[in-house]
Amino acid sequence: MGRRLLLEHDAVPGIETFDVYRKNGGYRSVEKALKTMSPQEVVEQVQLAGLRGRGGAGFPTGMKWSFLAKPEGVPRYLLCNADESEPGTFKDRYLMEKLPHLLIEGMITSSYALGCNLSFIYIRGEYMWILEILEKAIAEAYAKGFLGKNILGSGFDLDLRVAPGGGAYICGEETALIESLEGKRGNPRIKPPFPAVKGLWGCPTVVNNVESLAAVVPIVNDGGEEYAKIGIGKSTGTKLISACGNLARPGVYEIEMGMTVEEFIYGDDWCRGIANGKKLKAFVPGGSSVPILPHYLVTKTAAGDDRIMSYEGLSEGGFASGSMLGSGGFIVFDEDQCIVRNTWNFARFYAHESCGQCSPCREGTAWMEKVLHRLENGQGYMHDIDLLAEINKKIEGNTICPLGDAAAWPVAAAIRHFRDEFEWHVNQPIESQKRNFGLASVPTLV
Amino acid sequence: MSSQIHIPISERHSEKPVFSPEKMAEVQRVISEYPEGKSKSAVIRILHFAEDEFGGWLSIETMDYVAEILNIEPIEVYEVATFYTMFNVEPIGKYVFEVCRTGPCMLVGSDNIIEYIENKLDVKVGETTKDKMFTLKTAECLGACGYGPMLQCGKKYHEHLTKEKVDTLIDAYRAGNTNIEI
Ligand SMILES: Cc1cc2nc3c(=O)[nH]c(=O)nc-3n(C[C@H](O)[C@H](O)[C@H](O)COP(=O)(O)O)c2cc1C
Ligand code: SF4
Ligand code: FES
Repeated sequence: MGRRLLLEHDAVPGIETFDVYRKNGGYRSVEKALKTMSPQEVVEQVQLAGLRGRGGAGFPTGMKWSFLAKPEGVPRYLLCNADESEPGTFKDRYLMEKLPHLLIEGMITSSYALGCNLSFIYIRGEYMWILEILEKAIAEAYAKGFLGKNILGSGFDLDLRVAPGGGAYICGEETALIESLEGKRGNPRIKPPFPAVKGLWGCPTVVNNVESLAAVVPIVNDGGEEYAKIGIGKSTGTKLISACGNLARPGVYEIEMGMTVEEFIYGDDWCRGIANGKKLKAFVPGGSSVPILPHYLVTKTAAGDDRIMSYEGLSEGGFASGSMLGSGGFIVFDEDQCIVRNTWNFARFYAHESCGQCSPCREGTAWMEKVLHRLENGQGYMHDIDLLAEINKKIEGNTICPLGDAAAWPVAAAIRHFRDEFEWHVNQPIESQKRNFGLASVPTLV
Repeated sequence: MSSQIHIPISERHSEKPVFSPEKMAEVQRVISEYPEGKSKSAVIRILHFAEDEFGGWLSIETMDYVAEILNIEPIEVYEVATFYTMFNVEPIGKYVFEVCRTGPCMLVGSDNIIEYIENKLDVKVGETTKDKMFTLKTAECLGACGYGPMLQCGKKYHEHLTKEKVDTLIDAYRAGNTNIEI
């Protein structure tokens, strides 16, 4: 196993309590930052570390922080994105459940760096029991003087709150998150203005993923340069991967960027291969919105090199033969799974979760779902396959937020790599209705 | 986004919903977490409280009451209550089973589990049993993809479901044992 910077102590009994967490080296980054570093120095360490956003887009965190507007007399806000709703992603939940103080520590240090005195964790409403874990841990941090007024005598004040959502994937999009936190429907805003200039209540705001904020802790403790030594190229540090689907050992793993996909899927320390001795058919490495890849592009790239677990490694080959690291939601399909059915399932997800603000997304996702549904059920036509590509083109780039693209890309990739399977559904209408796969039975659909 | 936005005006609580003093203190604490003049931000949290307190769903009166507490227009509360799929704006069974139906759970058999519960409770997805005990719903990815098939009931996640576990769960809930760990 590689080095673990975030989950090092996840198995220590009682680590969710302040005292045990502190005994295991917790809150050192707060002491170090508040007592020995200026806010600007913390930002510089995060830049040196090369940390990239762990929420999906991979945008350099230090750079995002440096964009934050700092007008005189206007409060600034740090928002932690704990909305985690991208299918295949369950790493933030694991981190918050096991190590609530790690996130809180990361938020204190980051709020100090950004000059925020009130910060929020926005958590999906379904994680209500984790909200309670966090609030308990926050109360402990207040009691121990790590939150509230004049933290550790440094003169820095910080209040930290948790706010739940209500079950809307779109609230993971940062401007929708802000709208939701203001107590409104989660409709993404038109950008610009960007949150760094006008975010929560019109004030400059930074939104970061749970894992990104937690990573600030080892960065400040060990220094950005040390952090950057782990990993490969521009993919520095460690990454949490939530592995699911037909794996022998699904779960949340912390990897050093740069290990091979082959080892991750088959290694004894990791997922231990495909469940029930079956063969691998395909995988989606970064949550439902990234392109699916067929088995021959999983462990090797089109050029024949080993495929590497990193931002660059997973996107090697571009859209033609690559995918993306995304949120680290690693979904593996065994030989019995039906790609058409899965593509329809994901399309239904996006149609359900579209906020409905822009017509290309609202109508387009609904149409894709309908067309895929009839293909899956043996009622489709050959030209439906091209129709999907047409709808795709109408959505891509024509919407307020990236949900439209996120819905379109997986469909395009599925057709690119598994066109024969879509055609099979058209040519074998009876068979495709009967088809069994995995543990699921013939679906009874509305 | 829920595609069926429908608030049944005919359904009423017999009495005006009012938070108990203890709950009201919690509501006030949540409101006080936001800066002066930003109490509207508390609306989602308070709607969760209201659902828990007033029968698992939000009637017009409940929503009006929340608007009154927050000093905002009722429409601002309706807008939120109808956007977020976790909120029920229609009466609902005592226990709501929300089974995840999204890809990763489907890969490990969620379709089977949904069908099994449908047969067992003699309801279709979206329906409530005649005794008003259970409502069966499906949900999109609940962040338990590696532990599927799974369902959520209240604040609890029940993971790695099998038919046998579903049987046990239903028996437990029927008997009022909501603390069951499965
Ligand atoms: C539709 C949509 C859903 C998203 N969901 C999440 C999410 O659940 N969690 C998350 O951290 N980021 C999510 N993002 C990305 C956020 O908009 C934002 O980029 C991210 O929180 C920034 O944090 P990071 O830079 O630390 O990754 C989503 C984006 C889109 C377009
Ligand atoms: S792209 Fe879709 S989800 Fe995003 S704002 Fe438009 S309608 Fe809403
Ligand atoms: S797909 Fe079911 S919990 Fe994520």
